[in-house]
Amino acid sequence: MTETRNYIIKQISVFSENRPGRLAAIAHALEEEKINILAFSIAEANGFGVVRALVDHPKKAYDKLTSIGFNVAFTDVIAVKMRDEPGGLYEIAKILGDAKINIEYSYAYSGKEGAVLILRVDNAPAAITGILTGGGTLIETSVFH
Amino acid sequence: MRCWDPRMETMPKEEIREMQYKLLKTLVYRLYSFSPFYHDRMKAQSVHPDDIRSLEDIRKLPFMYKRDLRDNYPDRIFTATQEDLVRYHVSSGTTGKPTVVGYTQNDLNNWTTSLARALTSCGLGRGDVMQVSYGYGLFTGGLGLHYGAERIGATVLPTSVGNTERQIELMQDLHATAIACTPSYLLHIGEVAEKMGISIGKDTDLRIGILGAEPWSETMRDRIQDWLGIKAYDIYGTSELSGPMFCECSEQNGFHVWGDLAYVEILDPETGESLGPGEKGEMVLTMLQKEALPMIRYRIGDITSFEDEVCPCGRTHTRVRRISGRVDDMLIIRGINVFPSQIEYALMEIPEVGQHFQIVVDRKGALDEMLVRVEVSPDAFSDKITELMKISKNVEHKLRNTLNVGVKVELVEPGSLPRFEGKAKRVVDRRTL
Repeated sequence: MTETRNYIIKQISVFSENRPGRLAAIAHALEEEKINILAFSIAEANGFGVVRALVDHPKKAYDKLTSIGFNVAFTDVIAVKMRDEPGGLYEIAKILGDAKINIEYSYAYSGKEGAVLILRVDNAPAAITGILTGGGTLIETSVFH
Repeated sequence: MRCWDPRMETMPKEEIREMQYKLLKTLVYRLYSFSPFYHDRMKAQSVHPDDIRSLEDIRKLPFMYKRDLRDNYPDRIFTATQEDLVRYHVSSGTTGKPTVVGYTQNDLNNWTTSLARALTSCGLGRGDVMQVSYGYGLFTGGLGLHYGAERIGATVLPTSVGNTERQIELMQDLHATAIACTPSYLLHIGEVAEKMGISIGKDTDLRIGILGAEPWSETMRDRIQDWLGIKAYDIYGTSELSGPMFCECSEQNGFHVWGDLAYVEILDPETGESLGPGEKGEMVLTMLQKEALPMIRYRIGDITSFEDEVCPCGRTHTRVRRISGRVDDMLIIRGINVFPSQIEYALMEIPEVGQHFQIVVDRKGALDEMLVRVEVSPDAFSDKITELMKISKNVEHKLRNTLNVGVKVELVEPGSLPRFEGKAKRVVDRRTL
């Protein structure tokens, strides 16, 4: 029996208006608290956006951003290791597809220790089991925070 | 149904109109002869009292505006001498110089009579204890309600404003059954009472609120009635009319404007065209019996509509709906009149967005575009873009239903819209016409 909660990562999501300087405001606030951003993405909609980030201290980031007036929410995501070479994404995507895991959104980064795919899915425990059963490697929560 | 003056309050409509025509005719002759101010106004518009041959001919008469009172500060357009005055009231002058209103004994009597009928119509009378929590003094609210309530035989508790905890103690100890104050002050009283461990609904005898002197909404009425367990009635007036004058009857569906005291017109604020029952426009009032400071076709600037059918309560006098906005705030978007207050009330019903908003009007080609910016409340924020889009679609939908014109909604960060103390400036009009 896999301990699925070991693989659930707390992502912070920040509501932001779509205008110059908003990302700088968020990043500056995190810098002030000496919070490191490990991965992030911006989703854009009609006039506003949601900045999503994995940080080393999510609670501290939440408190800081809320205190300066931002709307912040925690969201559970999971992180899958990819081979950083052609076909790396296909391998993982196939596992997800075979396991019938539906992706709400996703973003990726390629770091020192290889490439990582961050996934937001509707049922995280089921996805974790599916990925592990299909032969994928998940990154443990403790690696991030 | 209990009436203060049954014969007058249920007079057949035709008789009311005849009476109004006679009163108007007398008034116009008097002003033409004795008021240099109004004489000149009529001359400038080439109207003579003889031109008034029906009640509809009132439309030939020139308008009066708030600025006429300011420009003639303090008493230059009074038509009674100081010896004949028995009181002054002075308005606060938030929009300029203060305005002064003088009263003859007859003016005070008519004012009190108007309120005696109004208070009786919402079920008050002998045996009631009315706490008057409007300010006493230069403001007309306190003294107006005070004399009105005394006239119908109610016991007045003249608490005026302030010292809320003491107000609540007195309300309990003296068994107040009614309170006259602003709706926001009543909400404050409710909150303070709860902190004191007192429930207005269970621990007091309060059953009626006579609320006015500031704009409020049906949503606010529901909240007050449900929370405090009382009936809340809308009262209307301004110092230029005398003070608070007209109040809703037990039907809670608009206030009766007594035809022997006032004549109501509703006009299209742009064209000046006269509108019929149910059509929303600018209210114009003519006070038919005022002696010291006659007000003819006075454009107060309030937006509302009227109903001319006999009220289910049996009263025959014209009913005017709750004020829904101010002419000064009105925007015309693609030919449709839009009031920021309508947006405010619609937003109050959507918990996902705060009550602060900003309206930006622009012109794209030949078309007006209205954008309403609202703050997403922290509780409603989720990581999902689709959820956020749903909120903005919902707001767009509700605003379109309320305003009858398409609106774009933009979600902004909480705290990012300007806050106002006092009069809010919520409209940014970028159209260049």
